[in-house]
Amino acid sequence: MLFSKANQSIELIDKFLNCVDQSLLLFKEGVKNYLYNNTENFNNDIIQLASCEVESDKLRREIEKTLFMQSLMPQIRGDIMRLLEELDNIIDQSKKNLFQFEVETPHIPAEIIQDFVRLTQISVSAGESVVTAAKSYFTDPLSVNEKIHRVYFYEKEADLLADIIRRKIFREMTDLRLSEKFHLRYFTLHIENISDTAEKVADLLSIMAIKRIV
Amino acid sequence: MFSYLFLTSGLFMGWSLGANDAANIFGTAVSSGIVKFKKAAIIASVFVILGAVLQGSGTTHSLSELGSVDALGGAFTIAICSAIVVALMTKYKFPISTSQAVVGAILGWCYFTSTVVNYAVLTQIVGVWVFGPILGAVFSALLYLLVRKIIRKSTLHLIKMESIIRFSLIAVGAFGAYSLGANNIANVVGVFVNSFKFTISLGGLQIGSTELLLLFGGLAISFGIFTYSRKIMETVGGGILALTPEAAIAVVLSLAMVLFIFSSTNLSNFSLFLGFPAIPLVPVSSTQIVVGSVVGIGLVKGMHEIKLNTIKTIAFSWVTTPILSGFFTFLSLFLVKNIFDIQVSSKAEIIANPITQIVQPYHVHFPFELNTALVSLLIIALGSISVYFLIARFRNKENERVRELRFEEQMKYSEFQKSLSEIEVNTVQLENTTLASRLEEKRSELVTYSLNLGEQRLYLDSISKVIQQAIDESNLDEKNLILKNQLVTMKQKMSFTDEVDKIYSEAENVHKSFIENLNQQYPNLTHQDKRLLVLLRIGLSSKEISPLLNISIKSVEISRYRLRKKLNLDKDKNLVEFTKTI
Repeated sequence: MLFSKANQSIELIDKFLNCVDQSLLLFKEGVKNYLYNNTENFNNDIIQLASCEVESDKLRREIEKTLFMQSLMPQIRGDIMRLLEELDNIIDQSKKNLFQFEVETPHIPAEIIQDFVRLTQISVSAGESVVTAAKSYFTDPLSVNEKIHRVYFYEKEADLLADIIRRKIFREMTDLRLSEKFHLRYFTLHIENISDTAEKVADLLSIMAIKRIV
Repeated sequence: MFSYLFLTSGLFMGWSLGANDAANIFGTAVSSGIVKFKKAAIIASVFVILGAVLQGSGTTHSLSELGSVDALGGAFTIAICSAIVVALMTKYKFPISTSQAVVGAILGWCYFTSTVVNYAVLTQIVGVWVFGPILGAVFSALLYLLVRKIIRKSTLHLIKMESIIRFSLIAVGAFGAYSLGANNIANVVGVFVNSFKFTISLGGLQIGSTELLLLFGGLAISFGIFTYSRKIMETVGGGILALTPEAAIAVVLSLAMVLFIFSSTNLSNFSLFLGFPAIPLVPVSSTQIVVGSVVGIGLVKGMHEIKLNTIKTIAFSWVTTPILSGFFTFLSLFLVKNIFDIQVSSKAEIIANPITQIVQPYHVHFPFELNTALVSLLIIALGSISVYFLIARFRNKENERVRELRFEEQMKYSEFQKSLSEIEVNTVQLENTTLASRLEEKRSELVTYSLNLGEQRLYLDSISKVIQQAIDESNLDEKNLILKNQLVTMKQKMSFTDEVDKIYSEAENVHKSFIENLNQQYPNLTHQDKRLLVLLRIGLSSKEISPLLNISIKSVEISRYRLRKKLNLDKDKNLVEFTKTI
């Protein structure tokens, strides 16, 4: 009875975080399916990711309503809402990127497919690590920093790999047209953006964790 | 009925206490939005009344013993004067103690009516004024450490933890309100106990005057909470320390415990039972205990958290409140007695002109006791000042250390910036040098090209002349001879010896330092080797070098191999790259 409202909010936040995690997995699978020409699976991933995005928006609004209506955590609810907003940006970014693959159908040469797969994996790992860190913020704030460290690592790795891919595109793949090179460059940027957004969330989380510990 | 009218000053005092002191209990919870004001006000009111009625008699009795105010007029004046002093001090934002104002006013009354002050009770009260905040600081520091440890060790979800904190704040707030009612009710009705004699019969139940006073006092405090404490509660967040909910639990619980200790008859009896001295049941200032508690938390968190000005103002109000209140009461009693002709004491004889005889009772009747009181006040003042200076010194040291650290960081930063700028300057200089040498190379290339162009034109001109001569020649033998000679000349020309020499000399001009370094580092190299190295440095391939040196590509490759041997180059090192490093 004492924790009924609290439990309801906890459930909503957990659902939201799971939604972020799910959307990252769908993005990873979607990019892989596109690269290996599994069109049917790719289309399924897009549909699922879109519904995931709708669901997450709904959950975020519900959490906001619950926190404010029931006067839960008045001192930190602003921070929490910002955190959820930033996490929601990851879902939005994933959906937007996958749709861009679908709309623009970039031609990705066979020799850089593996690089693209790796870039996606690393970028998504940064996102997954930030979701774990966000979960820890609610239950074990002391371990947040340790988890955030992984986000920064993956983000840096993603940056490096994206640079390598771009260098390869512009210096080694002479038979590509300049427009194709530009197109590929944009797609490396789109994938890389997932880890950049994760890094932003990590920055916010580290401050929030300090606030909780002090 | 007239006696009820005299009670209004006490009720005003109760209202003022409720308006101010409830913020000490629910201030953080309300200002941070954890508990809504309405809920906080209801809980505080109910528990204040319960505390006042069930446990308020102990402190009330003690205060009535300090100086037996036996006339309603006197009690009224004491209550109204102390309430005005409290209101004034609150207006100027001093952390005022209601009990200090009341005690000062009672002493003023005693002095005016020449009544003997119970100095045993006074000493206890003054002792508790000093001891209360210290006890509050100790309790809150320990409680804060405990609460913090529990929260840090807990793996509960943040929202669940928040619910527990919210519930705890309400629970300790209720306990705090109960203790506030039990302890501070004495300030509201203590002065009326000896003068207000009125009983009510409700069926078989007889309610005595003390119980009635306690109930009225409790209701007045509740009224103060409902009508005026909201503003104070909502602004308390910006007080001496912005409290987190966890710290607020420690502070309010510590306040409740201190107030409870100094108001519980049972606890006092239990102390006696254990063989310890009885705990004095005296009213203490909730504001000053809260300040003590906050200082306790500040000590745990670090001295920089404490706002020293607040401690200074507390020390100031410790000394000034009783004096101001006593003096004001004395003057008011004079006016009440002589202008309104209201009885302020049951004694028949009251000094006719207290102002002119002010020295007499002071020195003749109570020299020792008053000296003791003065010494106590002096000790309190000195103690406060010492604590203030100690903390100030510690903080100055801390600030100094922080300043030094900041300065060091700034120095490091500027050093770093300086070295970075140096690197940048060096890089730019290097780039400029490289660009200048490249420009020189290009210029000489252009000169060579122009020269070649001119020379080739001349040569082609000479060929065309010879061919024309051959065409014009009618003798076949002569014609063949002319053509044969021209062929030989052309073959000689194809050896490019002159061109190679020219290229080499041009390259030698441009890469002077290279040739010099080469001569210094590898003196055993032949002229041919050096020539090959210069051509490689220019960036010519084996295919391009072969016609220039008039040898086959294979021979160039073999020459390159031999050169590598002479230069002791490793297999993985590129010869062309190597020439650029010399």
